[in-house]
Amino acid sequence: MMSVLEMKQVTKRFGNFQALKGLDIQMGEGEVYGFIGPNGAGKSTAIRMMLGLIKATSGTIKVFGKDAWSQSVAIHERVAYVPGDVSLWPNLTGGEVIDLFSKLRGNDSRQRRQELLDRFALDPSKKCRTYSKGNRQKVALVAAFASNADFFILDEPTSGLDPLMEQVFQSCVQDAKQAGKSVLLSSHILSEVERLCDRVGIIREGEIIETGTLQELRHLTRTNLLVETKQPLDDLSALSGVHDVHTEGNGLQFQVDTEELEKVMSHISKHGILRLESAPPTLEDLFMRHYEQAGGED
Amino acid sequence: MRHSSFKQMPLLLRFIVKQDRIRTPIWLIGLVLFTLLVPIAFADLYPEQAERDLMAETMKNPAMTAMVGPGDLAHYTIGAMTAHQMLLLTAVVVGFMNIFLVIRHTRTDEEEGRMELIRSLPVGRLAAIGAILIYMLFVNVVLAGLTGAGLYALQIESMGLQGSFLYGVALGAVGMVFATLATLFAQLTESARAATGLSIAILLTFYLMRAIGDVSMETLSYISPLRWLTDVKAYAGNDWQPIAWLLILAGILGAIAAYLHAIRDLEAGFFPSRPGRKHATTFLENPIGLALRLQRTGWIAWAVGMLLIGLSYGSVLGDLESFFSGNEMLEQILPEHAGYSLTEQFISMLMMVMSLIAAIPPLMAVLRLYGEEKKDRVAQLMNRPISRKYLLGSYVLLAIMNGWVMLSLSIIGLWSAGITVTAGGLEFWSMYGAAMVYYPAIIAMIGLAVFLIGFIPGGNIIVWLYLFYSFFVLYLGGLFQFPEWLGKLTPFGYIPQLPMDQMEWLPMIALLGIALFLMVAGFQGYRRRDLQSH
Repeated sequence: MMSVLEMKQVTKRFGNFQALKGLDIQMGEGEVYGFIGPNGAGKSTAIRMMLGLIKATSGTIKVFGKDAWSQSVAIHERVAYVPGDVSLWPNLTGGEVIDLFSKLRGNDSRQRRQELLDRFALDPSKKCRTYSKGNRQKVALVAAFASNADFFILDEPTSGLDPLMEQVFQSCVQDAKQAGKSVLLSSHILSEVERLCDRVGIIREGEIIETGTLQELRHLTRTNLLVETKQPLDDLSALSGVHDVHTEGNGLQFQVDTEELEKVMSHISKHGILRLESAPPTLEDLFMRHYEQAGGED
Repeated sequence: MRHSSFKQMPLLLRFIVKQDRIRTPIWLIGLVLFTLLVPIAFADLYPEQAERDLMAETMKNPAMTAMVGPGDLAHYTIGAMTAHQMLLLTAVVVGFMNIFLVIRHTRTDEEEGRMELIRSLPVGRLAAIGAILIYMLFVNVVLAGLTGAGLYALQIESMGLQGSFLYGVALGAVGMVFATLATLFAQLTESARAATGLSIAILLTFYLMRAIGDVSMETLSYISPLRWLTDVKAYAGNDWQPIAWLLILAGILGAIAAYLHAIRDLEAGFFPSRPGRKHATTFLENPIGLALRLQRTGWIAWAVGMLLIGLSYGSVLGDLESFFSGNEMLEQILPEHAGYSLTEQFISMLMMVMSLIAAIPPLMAVLRLYGEEKKDRVAQLMNRPISRKYLLGSYVLLAIMNGWVMLSLSIIGLWSAGITVTAGGLEFWSMYGAAMVYYPAIIAMIGLAVFLIGFIPGGNIIVWLYLFYSFFVLYLGGLFQFPEWLGKLTPFGYIPQLPMDQMEWLPMIALLGIALFLMVAGFQGYRRRDLQSH
C-alpha cells in the first residue's frame, strides 16, 4: 500500500514552547485516520505542518512521498483542507469564494459543486459576512468535497454544524472513502470518529500515545460490565484488573481490563449469574482514560 | 527561487483587483483631483509673479520649511509653488494609502485565517506577496501617470511635461517605498494592527526627521526618503536621480520582505510576543478599566506623538524669531496684530493645528465602543449587570480625559522646546491657556461622535470627514483665501486665537452646551437601539 502521509520524529518549537515532541504518523492510501486529542495537544500544529504552512523544527514530513515544506505546491494539487475555524472575505458571496478556491485548484467539478450545495443546503448568493460559523464551514466543505483531491485533511470540520448537516458530512466522507481517497479527520466528536475511521491516533502533549484500529485499541482497554449474582460478590475489587466498582440497583457495575476478562468471568460465574450486561468500551472511555492521566500529571 | 513559488500569482492578482475595485479608484481619484485643484487655485489666486514672490517671502521661514520642505523660493512659479507646498504633504497621504492597501491584503488576511485557506491550495508560497506587490506597483504607476498627465494637461506655463511627470513619478516612487515597507512590517509583526501602526510610525519618523533636518541638520534629512522626494525639484531643475534611489530602496525592502515571507511559518512574525498576565488586575475589572486597557497602546503612542509634534514645532520657534526680526515685507502682511510678536501670532496658528490633531485620539477613544460592538464584544459585556449608560459613559469619560491629556502634552512639548531656543517671553500658562481654549471644540467633536454612536451606528466616517473639513478650511483656508463663513461651520472656527484675540466666554459655553446636548441625545439613542453585530 502506498503511503499517503509519513511523519517521522517531528518536533516543533514555538519560542520556549515545545508543541510537538517527536510525532510519528503513518497513513496508507484509502485510509480514514482519526486524529484525536485534547485542546492544545498539537493536532492543528501537526496538520499545518503536513500542509507546509509551518516548518518542522526537526524530523521529516512526507505527503505522497514529497517533502511537505519544499514541495507543498505539488502536494496541494492533490490535497483538500478544511479548518475548524473558517474565515472568509466578508464582502464576497459564498459562491464566489467556492469558485475562487476551485480556480486556484484548477480541477474541480461544477456538477459536484451544485450537488454539494444542495446536500448542505447552502445559499451561495449570500455575502460571507452574513454567514454563521456553520455556514462558513459549509463553504469550505463544499469547496473541499467538490475537488477531486486524493487526500482530505479535515481539522474539526464539523464544530459548527447541526446534527443533520453532521450526517451529510459523514456521508461525504464515506463517499470519499469508497472512491478510494484518504482522509485525516481531527475531531472532538468521538462518535463521528468511531463511525468513520479505520484507524485512530491519540495525541497528547505533542506525542502520539496510542495508535491502531479501533479493535486494537479496544483490546488495550476495558469492558464495561453490569452483573447481578445469587451470592454477593464482596471480594470483587480485590481481583486484579477490576476498576470502578459501584452498586447499580441490585447489581454491580464495574470495568475490567480486557486481558483479565477471562479470569474475572470465571470468578463471577461461581457466584451464580442472574444478569450480565457487557458494553464495549467507547472511544470516549478510551480517550477519557488518557485524558485523565494527562490531567493527573499536571 | 523555484518557479512554483509564484504559482497562481496572476489569479491572486486578479482577485485583489476585484476586491479593491472601488476602494483603490476612490483613493486614486481623490489624490489626483486634489493635486490638480491646487495649481488651478494658485493660478487663480496669484496670477502675477509679484504676488507669488510675496508668497515666497512668507514661505521663507523655518516653520514652513519644517512643514512642507525646501522649495525653489527664488523662482516661485506656479509649478515651483505647487511642488513646494503640495508634493510632500501629498506624498504622506500616498504613503498612508499604500500602507492601508498592503496591510489589508497581507497581515489582515493572514490574521483572519483567510491566507491559510489560500495557502492550503496549490498556490505558491510567494504568490500572495508577489500579487500584492505587483498590484501596488500598478496602483502607483497609475497614480504617477494620471498625476503627471493631469498636471501637464492643465497647460500652466511653468508646468512642463518633464516636471509634471517627475512630480507624478515621485509620488508613485514614494508610494512604492511605503508599500514595500508595509509588506516588510507585515512579515515582522504578528498582527495587522501592529504592522499598520509601525509602518505609520516610520512614515511619521521620516517626516519629522526631514523636518528637523531641513531646518537645522542636513545630514539627518538625507536619511529620510521623504527628503529624497523633495530633492527631485519638480518644475525647478527636475532631478530624476532621487527617483532611482527611492526605487532601489523599495526594491531592497520588497526583496527582504519576500525572503522573510518564504522562510517563516504562516501566521508567525519575527518580533517576539510576550506572555500576558494570568489574571486580571482589579483595575481591569470594571468597564472603565477594561476600556482603558484596550486603548492603552493607542494612548501611549498618541501621547508620545503629540509630545513629539509639540517638540518639533517648538524647536523651530527660535529660528523663526531671528528670521522675522527686521523683515519689512512680513510686517506688512500681518499688520493687524501690532503689539504682538510674530512668534506669538505663529504660535496661535500652531495651537489650532495641534488642537485639530489632538482631537483625533479622543475621537478614536470614543468610537472604539462601536468597533467593539461590531465585533460582538459589547454583547459579551451587556449580558452582565452593566447598563449601556454606564458602558457608554466610561468611553465618553475616557475620551474627554484623553483630549485633555493630548492637548496638554502637545503644549508641554511646544513650550519646553520653545524656551530652550528662544530668548524668553514664552510664558507657560499663557501658552497653555491659548491651547486650552480649543478644548471645548474637541469636546463638541466628542459630542458629535456620541450622537452618531446613539443614532447612526456605523456613521463614524461623518465625524472624521467633519474633522478633516475643519482642518482643510481653517489651515488651508488662509492659503486659498476661502470665505470666512466656511470656517464658521466647524466648532474650531469659533475659538478666539489667544493671545491676539480677546478671550470670549460665549463660544466656550455654547460649544460645551452643544456637546452636552449631543451627548444626552446620544445616550438616549444608544439605550434604545439594537446592538449590531458584524
